[in-house]
Amino acid sequence: MRLEFTDEEQAFRTEVRAFLQEHLSADISDKVLRGYELGRDDIVAWQRKLHERGWGGMGWPVEFGGPGWNPVQQYIFEEESALAGAPRLLPFGTKMVAPVLMAFGTAAQQQRYLPNISSGAEWWCQGYSEPGAGSDLASLKTRAVRDGDHYVVDGQKTWNTLGQYADWIFCLVRTDPKAKQQSGITFLLIDMKSPGITVRPIMLLDGGHEVNEIWFENVRVPVENRVGEENRGWTYAKFLLGHERTSIAGVGIAKRELRRLKHIAAAERLHGRPLIEDPLFAAQIAQVEIDLWALEITNLRVLSGEKHTPAAGPEASILKVRGSEIHQGISELLMRAVGPYALPSRREAMEAGWQFDPSREPPGPRYASNLAASYLNQRKLSIYGGTNEIQKNIIAKMIIGL
Amino acid sequence: MDFDFSDEQVQLRDVVARYLGDHYSFERYRAIKNSAAGWDPAVWRGLADLGVLGLTVPAAQGGLGFGPLETLAMMGDCGRNLLLEPMLSSAVIATAALRPFVADAAAALLLTDMAAGEKIAVLAHFESGARFDSRWVTTRARRLGEGYRLVGHKGVVMHAGAADRLLVSARTAGEPGDAAGVSLFMVPRTAAGVVLDAYPTLDGQRAADVYLQGVDVPAAGRLGAEGGALTAIEAALDVGLAALCADAVGVMQALLDATIEYVRARQQFGQPVGRFQALQHRIADMLIQLEAARSVSYLAALRCTAEDVGERRRALSAAKTVIGQAGRFVGQQAVQLHGGMGVTDELKVSHWFKRLTAAQLMFGDSDTHLQRYASLSRE
Repeated sequence: MRLEFTDEEQAFRTEVRAFLQEHLSADISDKVLRGYELGRDDIVAWQRKLHERGWGGMGWPVEFGGPGWNPVQQYIFEEESALAGAPRLLPFGTKMVAPVLMAFGTAAQQQRYLPNISSGAEWWCQGYSEPGAGSDLASLKTRAVRDGDHYVVDGQKTWNTLGQYADWIFCLVRTDPKAKQQSGITFLLIDMKSPGITVRPIMLLDGGHEVNEIWFENVRVPVENRVGEENRGWTYAKFLLGHERTSIAGVGIAKRELRRLKHIAAAERLHGRPLIEDPLFAAQIAQVEIDLWALEITNLRVLSGEKHTPAAGPEASILKVRGSEIHQGISELLMRAVGPYALPSRREAMEAGWQFDPSREPPGPRYASNLAASYLNQRKLSIYGGTNEIQKNIIAKMIIGL
Repeated sequence: MDFDFSDEQVQLRDVVARYLGDHYSFERYRAIKNSAAGWDPAVWRGLADLGVLGLTVPAAQGGLGFGPLETLAMMGDCGRNLLLEPMLSSAVIATAALRPFVADAAAALLLTDMAAGEKIAVLAHFESGARFDSRWVTTRARRLGEGYRLVGHKGVVMHAGAADRLLVSARTAGEPGDAAGVSLFMVPRTAAGVVLDAYPTLDGQRAADVYLQGVDVPAAGRLGAEGGALTAIEAALDVGLAALCADAVGVMQALLDATIEYVRARQQFGQPVGRFQALQHRIADMLIQLEAARSVSYLAALRCTAEDVGERRRALSAAKTVIGQAGRFVGQQAVQLHGGMGVTDELKVSHWFKRLTAAQLMFGDSDTHLQRYASLSRE
């Protein structure tokens, strides 16, 4: 047993670091490191750079155009990317629909969709949740009725992250209303330009627009856009949700934010002394750092085990619960670190491309201007992708067997 | 021992609750929040007509002459209804700061105008480097002829943009951290040299950083003796802290009510999610924390004007510690139990959560007060 990465893994880390140093532009990393929102173009541009290097399908096997990295390599790549301030790749294409296509799609589907996911040419979003089907996803009601060579889709999806930019949506739809809930669901790929699709923004509590509602009204979807068999979609959906373990805990991003917290706590003054010297505040930073260290080792244990036995399952729930708690804890300490200057709230301070011109200089230190909004926004972490309550149900049932 | 509100206090609470219930819907709040000024003079007029703007103004100045318990009775509904108008800043804190100087004709006149809803004043005291240390005053007032010239910077002054008068603390002697040497000045917001950088706070209220770039104030603009204003300032802040606690308890109660209603109505897995024991226990914990918060809000109201300053501060620090911790738990869990809806702008839940988050940060967070409590309780 040893904690250190192997020499090969260290060499890989050096390679990733060199790539980041060469290709990650300062204006993008600056936005990421300061906690500003990225625009669509920033994310697509970065995806393209990775693609040019052959890393666009980050977790994919070589046969599908990926680099063929093992889980530990993927983890190292994501950690280094986070620390350097690279954009976090949107998971909907590369990490969600792509693995489903590789496992269950036809060769034609794989050839049609995977290259454009890797290159960033097509943006994907997710069509899982509905207003009445959140934690209880299998109760979804969006219907797809077969009509010749098409399915006709009617219904409503919600919480579509960045669906306003999407070219494609992968959807769970009900094709057999009479079957048992999980048995009548089909997995469809739908072109967002199809007639009958309406996207409406949902504004979040921090004032940001990152999720949407999407309505489907008589949307005609070619049968060839079905993944796998009709009425077997639930199996694919579960495969998709349980697939991600290299970045679900967000260890790299947490390390980056912890580093930022320490910088800010060193710059802030309490009774004329650096805040980071305040024993109570310092102890809270230490606590979250220790929690993160433990989570990192847990995450590596899970990944290391996968080298021998692939397709580990419910461990992802442990990573998600602890990861979300730690991220939320750090965001709260960041907000509290700036005291009263967490109060001023200027929406434009969250937006990418906002230049600090003198007439709009933020009150208080510059780094304070988006910390409260970020704290508010991070409450979503324990809700999306299966609430922490649902994750604990999974742990109780699948790991413990209760 | 008696924890009941008097008939008069209940009546006052009901009057405010009814007025805000009728005139301060969620839609109205949204419209005011998104307006340029961020507060509504018609609402302010309505509150003046009810008499609540003069709640703690002496009867001789046209007020009701009440105190912290009446403020406590009223503030919960201000929180529950997300009142954006400067009730806390002007009607509670600024009136308290002015009261000790009521022998001063200008102060008395301002109090009269405030009770009538004709004028708004706010205390501009805390500074950017102070982190709610009330003695950390670096703003200077230098003698200039018959008057003073003020130079300095006040940070995150709540509702400064709405104010006709700023009550500005400034050093006429001593160094930051000294109790002596702090004077208080009445300054028109539009006076030459007063520059406001105004912005919304994270919960949609308004505040500003106030820059005093050589503001000339006549000697008559100084309240009380030169260098001796800190006692009055701290007394006003303590009354304000107690009122903030009461506001926060009103918000917590609203969040608990809304969460209970939501888990009863929201169906998943063929039943209301409120049937799941994990959620029932969470809501029970919210209620337990809320009741602790309510208790310390009473403590704060009962002790915030105590003459024994040490005892007063111990009680207030105990209160703010619990309010901050309970507000954090109740707010975060209310959002969590509303699921995705909890993080949208559409429901009131996120707006209450933000008001509680702001309240946590104001007047020092729980850690600040936990440490102050510890330092006051070593025996």
